[in-house]
Amino acid sequence: MRLDQAARSLFLTEFLGAFALSMRYFFKPKRTLNYPHEKNPQSPRYRGEHALRRYPNGEERCIACKLCEAICPAQAITIEAGPRRNDGTRRTTRYDIDMVKCIYCGLCQEACPVDAIVEGPNAEFSVETREELLYDKQKLLDNGDRWEREIARNIAMDAPYR
Amino acid sequence: MTDGSVLSVILKIIESLALVVGLLIYVAYVLLADRKIWAAVQLRRGPNVVGPFGLLQSFADLLKFVFKEPIIPASANKGVFLLAPLVTGALAISAWAVIPIDQDWVISNLNVGILYIFAVSSLGVYGVIMAGWASNSKYPFLAALRSAAQMVSYEVSIGFVLVTVLLCAGSLNLTDIVNAQNTAYGVFGWYWLPLFPMFIIFFISALAETNRPPFDLVEAESELVAGFMVEYSSSAYMLFMLGEYVAIVSMCAMTAVLFLGGWLSPIPFAPFTWVPGIIWFVLKASAVFFMFAMVKAFVPRYRYDQLMRLGWKVFLPISLVCVVVVAGVLQVTGWGGLPH
Repeated sequence: MRLDQAARSLFLTEFLGAFALSMRYFFKPKRTLNYPHEKNPQSPRYRGEHALRRYPNGEERCIACKLCEAICPAQAITIEAGPRRNDGTRRTTRYDIDMVKCIYCGLCQEACPVDAIVEGPNAEFSVETREELLYDKQKLLDNGDRWEREIARNIAMDAPYR
Repeated sequence: MTDGSVLSVILKIIESLALVVGLLIYVAYVLLADRKIWAAVQLRRGPNVVGPFGLLQSFADLLKFVFKEPIIPASANKGVFLLAPLVTGALAISAWAVIPIDQDWVISNLNVGILYIFAVSSLGVYGVIMAGWASNSKYPFLAALRSAAQMVSYEVSIGFVLVTVLLCAGSLNLTDIVNAQNTAYGVFGWYWLPLFPMFIIFFISALAETNRPPFDLVEAESELVAGFMVEYSSSAYMLFMLGEYVAIVSMCAMTAVLFLGGWLSPIPFAPFTWVPGIIWFVLKASAVFFMFAMVKAFVPRYRYDQLMRLGWKVFLPISLVCVVVVAGVLQVTGWGGLPH
């Protein structure tokens, strides 16, 4: 046993085996993703940047029920509600999300009865100052307009599992 | 430079500059190759953004280091702290004065060339010790202690390996050592085959001598952060890295000269002997470096006691016995020496 071990360590058998193994890996296709040019496939349930959606006729979906504000575990959402000037329906006058506090748990979109607040597929929204991460209602609505196609497709793809 | 005329002095200076510039460019690509090889084994791509295939990465790194702010710790011994990287860099490059790149392509055809290289590479440890001591900080100091013991241990076995090569070649001159390997058998006439165990021991000791993984206890990231380089930044850090890689390349070149026939063609007849010797030399040194890089990729770091055990209880007895055996065989058979 000890002679066997000594012979093996003397002839560096383990190192030769390791060398052969690493040479096999050396020529394998690489796993690295060339990030800005290549991206991984994304699940329709991906929870990225928030957006406030509209109905196809341009009407805001949000009815200011404040369920998202209530469920938010990080208390990142602040909503103020009031009657709208022209028709008196209940709407938000203020809808802020503090993206610094947000933990991207997705509970707000789970809570929303009208699919108004959703987390879209966008994860590339880094900014250079902290203030830019304090999103207001206009920013969220703009996000909704910009990402509506992807968001609608993702919701449709995920619908059978809900 | 025997006549000492002004012209020959200028010529030597130009030769030295050409060698240093060529060497540094080679080192830049060796650094890139090191990272690329390491990445490839781990299924990564390695640096590939700066220039085509990342070929300009090393030069971008150089610029980055030069433009960074050098920080000298308040408690450091300033003089020694700044001297240490210079010592490392200068000693590593000065070893190249006697390495023959081709027949008669050598800055100084020293008759004790191998002793000179041995001395200069031993002095290299002073850069590490000075840096570790002058930093006046815990990790660098531990690294300096480790480095001193490690270098001493492995120089002993490298010394005995060199003795076997010297016995075979009958000369301390590196050019003569390569010429002694110039036989009709080509690649099989070089010393790696008759002295095979010595070749392996030399390679492993060279890893330890240049603080390469798996013997990089001097800068073990997981325990000593960066060892003796912890307190260094900017150009001083770059000089350490440069010195380290120049030392690695000169160890590769030494392996090529001592065991792989230097600039000789592996196949000793017409079409292959037309290839300039420098190309064979660079190819051989690069092949040895490829092994250096692969070892880094697949061998885990040794524990300190394992390192010492390997040096003193395995390599020293084996190389000692080999010296006796080689000397005995040469005495009885009359082999060796330059072909007459």
